[in-house]
Amino acid sequence: MTATTTAPIAAPSVHTEKRPSGRMRAWATRAPLLPALIFMIAVTQLPFVATLVISFFDWNSLYPDARSFTGFGNYTEVLTDAALRKSVWTTILLTVTVVLASLILGLGLALLLDRKFRGRGVVRTLLIAPFLVVPVAAALLWKHVLYNPEYGLLNGLLHYVGGPQPDWISNTPLLAVEMSLIWQWTPFMMLILLAGLQSRDHQQIEAAKVDGAGPWQVFRYLTLPHLRRYLELGALLGSIYIVQNFDAVFTITSGGLGTANLPYTVYQSFYQAHENGLASAAGVLVVIGSIIIATFALRVVSSLFREEVGRA
Amino acid sequence: MSATAIRVRPRSTESGHPGPRRPRGRGLGLVAWLAGIVFFLPIAWMALTSFHSEEDAATNPPSFGAALTLDGYREFFGTGGGASPWPSLINSTVASLVSTLLVLLLALPAAYALSIRPVKKWTDVLFFFLSTKMLPVVAGLLPIYLFAKNTGMLDNIWLLVILYTSMNLPIAVWMMQSFLSEVPVAIIEAAQIDGAKLPTILARVVAPIALPGIAATALICFIFSWNELLFARVLTGVVAETAPVFLTGFITSQGLFLAKVCAASLVISLPVLAAGFAAQDKLVQGLSLGAVK
Repeated sequence: MTATTTAPIAAPSVHTEKRPSGRMRAWATRAPLLPALIFMIAVTQLPFVATLVISFFDWNSLYPDARSFTGFGNYTEVLTDAALRKSVWTTILLTVTVVLASLILGLGLALLLDRKFRGRGVVRTLLIAPFLVVPVAAALLWKHVLYNPEYGLLNGLLHYVGGPQPDWISNTPLLAVEMSLIWQWTPFMMLILLAGLQSRDHQQIEAAKVDGAGPWQVFRYLTLPHLRRYLELGALLGSIYIVQNFDAVFTITSGGLGTANLPYTVYQSFYQAHENGLASAAGVLVVIGSIIIATFALRVVSSLFREEVGRA
Repeated sequence: MSATAIRVRPRSTESGHPGPRRPRGRGLGLVAWLAGIVFFLPIAWMALTSFHSEEDAATNPPSFGAALTLDGYREFFGTGGGASPWPSLINSTVASLVSTLLVLLLALPAAYALSIRPVKKWTDVLFFFLSTKMLPVVAGLLPIYLFAKNTGMLDNIWLLVILYTSMNLPIAVWMMQSFLSEVPVAIIEAAQIDGAKLPTILARVVAPIALPGIAATALICFIFSWNELLFARVLTGVVAETAPVFLTGFITSQGLFLAKVCAASLVISLPVLAAGFAAQDKLVQGLSLGAVK
């Protein structure tokens, strides 16, 4: 890990041989960077600027002649429309539930996997597998094969113990979507937290044990503080991905039964309702939400990054 | 290097210290096994169901020991009528492989300029790449759709190639920056003193050390491209349909079709499972954009 930062810091000293012009040299250093930078700006920043512009227009693509500037009209409509407001709430609920549940489960699994036991590698592989199923396939698996009220595996297993036979998706639609996402995202959290656990200072822990600290005290006062930033990182990265989730909502409920989140609503309002202006305004709202999360995420990433620079 | 210590540790423990185990430790090992099995159960059940007949797949209680058959796979591959998945599988392969190749071509020089021979303010540039990854896909979806419609690029696999490249480029730049930084400067210096030119240094010194990292980066980019649904769903139709879009055809129930759904889901997930397990060691680093190693 330390090597990451030694190279960039020490590297300039390597290239001290004299060159004709300082400015030309600076451009020669920058040149390899430019294709990637220009590509990223063209493909990701320009469309967003366009979205921002469109969001100020009343524009339904079925009536292209009726396009007109409305200022913040679309935003007022998005924020006052009951269905859209509900989708904002659904997005928050879905994201918070999935991130918290998979973080807690992931922490438990990471603690279990941090111990030595027979077949640890196999268990680790079994646990990673759900994350490596194509998201649409995973959603189909839950929708048809596990949740099906008549012959799904969940009700099949409940049958053995004489339990009830609920219709999972109709009774608890949001929970149904959340369960499938928690199943897929717990391995992600586990991997990040496991990496955190394995980067602990083991000498410090041994010293604490010698001084008479019990397992709970070691966890509470050494492990948890060390894990804090890994927990934050997992939560933030998970939030960034799950706020944008489209696959599970689209596949399991098709946005019905009150599960439509913002990305699904944006998709629906321009792909099916052709409301370009409204869709753009909703899209900008998603971006504002993401920027709030991302600001924190960038801070955590950069503090982990700087810690490594410091260690070098 | 603390990174090696982390990666080596699990390996050394797996080789097994048969020393005395306390019963509590063994109990927790059992709990871990149980958790692993519970998490894997849906996938195992999916695999088993894909080899059952449609009648055996749709029973309650479930028929674990029913006769095995390849009918589900025959149905999926279109021999029993219905659309063939092959065009969508080929489209996904093209989109994922070509975009991954483009990502490597763009990210490698960029990572070089951010690690081995860094530009001024290289951390700012690195964080600009990261911030683009945090811009949600839906933010640019509509303009991209309108652009594609007006330029006749709708239902064109090359549009997806470009979008997937932009989707994965920040991840690749971050990952490769950290992998290239692991190349010790002293070695490069030594090669320079020996009179080696830049291409030689890149090919003989940098590449061998950074290659496992580059391979892992490629595998992770491949996974993300293969999985992508929203762009593909909005921007493709009959011609450029990708495998996840093909799977959305199974969203509404079509009578008894569980074995077929399971076969389809498994076949389409297989490349991702393979790539994921191949990149297992570096998966965390890629998914956390290089923040965790």
